Amino acid sequence: MTGALEMREVSKSYGDGATLVHALREVDLSVTAGELVAIMGPSGSGKSTLLTIAGTLEEVTSGHVLIGGNDVSNMSRDDRARSRRRSIGYVFQDFNLLAGLTAAENVALPLELDGIRAKQASIVARGALEELGLGERAGHFPDELSGGERQRVAIARAVVGERRLLLADEPTGALDSVNGEAVMRLVRTACKRGVAGVVVTHDSRLASWADRVIFLRDGRVIDQTLPPPGPESLLAPIPEQ
Amino acid sequence: MSVRHALLALLSEGPKYGLRLRQEFEGRTGEVWPLNVGQVYTTLQRLERDGLVESDDAGEDGPQKGFRITAAGSEELDLWLHTPPRMGTPPRDELVIKVLVSLRVPGVDVADLVQAHRRLLVEEMQYYTRLKEDAPEEDVGLLLVADAEIYRLDAVIRWLDTADSRLTRLDLAHQEKATPVSPRPRRATEARK
Repeated sequence: MTGALEMREVSKSYGDGATLVHALREVDLSVTAGELVAIMGPSGSGKSTLLTIAGTLEEVTSGHVLIGGNDVSNMSRDDRARSRRRSIGYVFQDFNLLAGLTAAENVALPLELDGIRAKQASIVARGALEELGLGERAGHFPDELSGGERQRVAIARAVVGERRLLLADEPTGALDSVNGEAVMRLVRTACKRGVAGVVVTHDSRLASWADRVIFLRDGRVIDQTLPPPGPESLLAPIPEQ
Repeated sequence: MSVRHALLALLSEGPKYGLRLRQEFEGRTGEVWPLNVGQVYTTLQRLERDGLVESDDAGEDGPQKGFRITAAGSEELDLWLHTPPRMGTPPRDELVIKVLVSLRVPGVDVADLVQAHRRLLVEEMQYYTRLKEDAPEEDVGLLLVADAEIYRLDAVIRWLDTADSRLTRLDLAHQEKATPVSPRPRRATEARK
């Protein structure tokens, strides 16, 4: 399996002297295509920093970040921006849809930024929305959609085209539990199609959708869950009540 | 879990054979609440003794014996459905006691202990979430039961998170000689009751 995302001994600090803060300390993380990883930890543990660094939105203080095998720390600013646009999709708690664009136009936007012609981008975007059960809402503006629908549009936008890494920061934050679950099912579906997913959350119910849960404390990876039991566990006797 | 009332509920739909009762009970809660075979038949015997169900008196005990609910059984079922469950504090919450006790044990890093339990609970929660993920949408029984388990685990994890930050704030979470992080006593699925 190729590592869709590799972080090697990544450290990030802010400020200096008395105000020096170590947000991440020598974090190693590898996420393969098709895998969904959740990052849990208390406020200030470095979860969101980890996500912005994985998404190449911030530079590391030391260490390396590889997206699809390419070391982004060696890239020029322009190359990094291009790589980010083409390979990484983001989902945020507050959806971040552009209010003046329809659902389909929001989803098509990253494709157009990649240089795909508007008409073609629109066809691909509508296809992505249809897959998420939003075909009939494609022409609606964000304020005409429910919270759950908006987040589905945001997920469609994040995985449209050839994006192979999906990064999500509390993606179900404002949604009720049933809509939140629907969002996680979509993230899982995207991962089953070969997208690597990283979800940052403080909510264990959300994290439990992941194949692997990684725990951060004070900028360090302190622990992680075991991989799910294989088929052989089905042969094990059921424990007595 | 009241097997007794679950069986009364299944019989409230109409008369059924013992074998079918067992299959339906397992069909509705199966993976989450496995029931041993004998439990169904002994419970049915007791329900009959108490006049809450009647059986085909000719038939022998076993899978082919038919049962139907009596008027008293229906009344009992209705009363049970409307009686609030006991939600008081359990007599002793083992995890709370473990964390409390660990504060007094030299050499134990409470934050690591809390993390070890947190991870086991999250692994158990992953098990139930996978059950939900694989379950068809119309399998309402399984989905509701899995949700209940997930929320129960979620409450315990939140308590651990709160304990963690409370102890950290008071500088009680870490000891000088920290134990290695989190021994792995067993898998989460094995840890289920």
